[in-house]
Amino acid sequence: MKPIIEVNNLSKRYSIGRRQSYGSLREEVSDAFSRPFRRIFSSSAGKAEAKEDTVWAIKDVSFNVAEGEIVGIIGRNGAGKSTLLKILSRITEPTEGRVVMRGRVASLLEVGTGFHPELTGRENIFLNGALLGMTGAEIKARFDGIVEFSEIDKFLDTPVKRYSSGMYVRLAFAVAAHLEPEILIVDEVLAVGDAAFQRKCLGKMSEAARGGRTVLFVSHNMGAVQRLCERAIVMHNGNVLKDSFVESAVASYLNISHENIGGRDDLYGIKRDSNEFSNIKFSKCHVLDSEGKVNVSLKYGEPFTVLLEAVSTTTHEDISLVVAADSITGVRVFTTVSEDFGVLYRAVPGEPLRAEVHFDKLVLTPGCYVLSIAIRSGKVGLDTLMNIIGFEVTAQAFGNITPHSGTFGLVSVDSEWRPPKSIVF
Amino acid sequence: MRDADSTIIEPKTGWARLNIGELWRFKGLFYFLAWRDVKVKYRQTAIGILWAILQPTLGMLLFTAIFSRLARMPSDNAPYPVFVFLGLLPWNYFATVLGQSTTSLVGGANLITKIYFPRLIIPVSSAMAALLDLFIASSVLGVLMYFYGIRPGASIVLVLPLLILTLMNAIGFGLWLSALNVRYRDVQYAVPFLIQIWMFATPVVYPGTVIGGKWRLVLLLNPMTGVIEAMRASVLGHMAIPWGGLAVSALSGFLVFLSGLLYFKRVERYFADVI
Repeated sequence: MKPIIEVNNLSKRYSIGRRQSYGSLREEVSDAFSRPFRRIFSSSAGKAEAKEDTVWAIKDVSFNVAEGEIVGIIGRNGAGKSTLLKILSRITEPTEGRVVMRGRVASLLEVGTGFHPELTGRENIFLNGALLGMTGAEIKARFDGIVEFSEIDKFLDTPVKRYSSGMYVRLAFAVAAHLEPEILIVDEVLAVGDAAFQRKCLGKMSEAARGGRTVLFVSHNMGAVQRLCERAIVMHNGNVLKDSFVESAVASYLNISHENIGGRDDLYGIKRDSNEFSNIKFSKCHVLDSEGKVNVSLKYGEPFTVLLEAVSTTTHEDISLVVAADSITGVRVFTTVSEDFGVLYRAVPGEPLRAEVHFDKLVLTPGCYVLSIAIRSGKVGLDTLMNIIGFEVTAQAFGNITPHSGTFGLVSVDSEWRPPKSIVF
Repeated sequence: MRDADSTIIEPKTGWARLNIGELWRFKGLFYFLAWRDVKVKYRQTAIGILWAILQPTLGMLLFTAIFSRLARMPSDNAPYPVFVFLGLLPWNYFATVLGQSTTSLVGGANLITKIYFPRLIIPVSSAMAALLDLFIASSVLGVLMYFYGIRPGASIVLVLPLLILTLMNAIGFGLWLSALNVRYRDVQYAVPFLIQIWMFATPVVYPGTVIGGKWRLVLLLNPMTGVIEAMRASVLGHMAIPWGGLAVSALSGFLVFLSGLLYFKRVERYFADVI
């Protein structure tokens, strides 16, 4: 069977020079009518364009999507995700390349686009539905479902300008969620709304996919991407960096996010979030696996070590080091402070301070995590680097431990289950 | 998978085809956008849709006071209030569409950059929405004619084709201005002046017969002249239908509509990028 979405060598060039946006009005109008003729008579028309200041938002992007797949598209801001979605949604035209979409497409690039503040919830359902490509009859048929999903029934006849932002988003998503296209394109809609509603949205999207729809889902929320998608495409500088199972795609995204493979040696030079002057700074941070090798990918249950190096320009006595890990959904999983374990360090100029923190057993469940590190002197922070290294915990078990998926929680705790007979009341 | 549902996205070269089938699929959106404009227009006003009656009526009274009473403007032997109202109806519609469609695309920028639908729907639906005001204001004309005891003749059947002609001219110019305004916001500042000047170059408050000499030519080349004079002739029956002026309006309507459509289709591909 042919893939439902075929993207071949897709590129989009934007002009950042001034010339393109402001020619004279007369030029513009005459150009619009003469360009097609000029193209016929002149072969050099393309050359002049190439000299302008242009930037390729995406370049030679190719991939196929099979019917019923949910594909995550991840990447940093500016990686080309939004441009890709805009081309797939036909909002803007590609400069080169070709896309074939074999099915009715609906795209949701922003929640609530086309809502009019003066219109009531009821009226906006119809307007928004029509904008998204539904017919009046289709909207009527789904009206009750939309209202129920959005939980705004009491305010159906109130102008949406009086809605809270939560209600607004719920209604907007509800309309879009009741579209029944063969291909659904969704951009970062989960950045809004509370946790309960986000879960509901995710549920609705996976329900759509179970019903045979194809979903392209862009998000910065790696937890959501991992929960929803089996496959993910990582965009970087306008190219497809990786197209694979979601776990390895997310791991690869975390690496490009942090430009490192399990460790980095360039920490001294990077910009700190705080502008405080500090005379001691981290220079290196590595994650070492049980064999002492730098590795981004650790097995579940495996002992591992975090190696830190800092460079100081003055002497610091009694400083404490901190390592913390966050899940990719931004949940702090643990923090360990050397001082709590009775270890304080001394830094002197001209000689890098090296320290290691060892963990006997990796209790984090499979998934991706991000490390933050800090140097403290008592309560005073001397250097703090948030989210500088990502690492992945693979589903592969170390030794004879059985790992569980992320749905079991972030941490696996040792627990002892007792047979009923030994319980004494 | 039905092949009919396949969409091919690739850079377009040359003239974009007008996809009638697609416009037909989105026919509901014409209606809903026009309906939105109508709904929103008089929201949070005390007298609501009555404004559609009040505005041309006040205009009519004002022009009657100034031009008929003070300036003793002739009106082709018809009562001046009826005469000027018959000019104001098509003119106000034309001017409203020009003004509204100019800013329609830019005003709908959030739609254009986030949702795909045929862009033509935006300026065209705003022209449709303005029709409602025209119909409501027409009721005032009925009252005026009754008051002055004017019975329309058989030529009143011309009103519908004249309306279509006005619509074609208005939408044609509207397509040009809305598309140009996407890239050159100068247009939206120039258009109000253009409308003012244009109104005085059109026999709205005066009869075309008072203009002579070289200005007569300007008047004749103006597509709204033929429409308005023919509108008066067909309703009042006080003079012969000015077929010459009407031919100018028809030719202009056809050319402006067609070229506006071509220009719009040609440049709409960059709307989302430059808006």
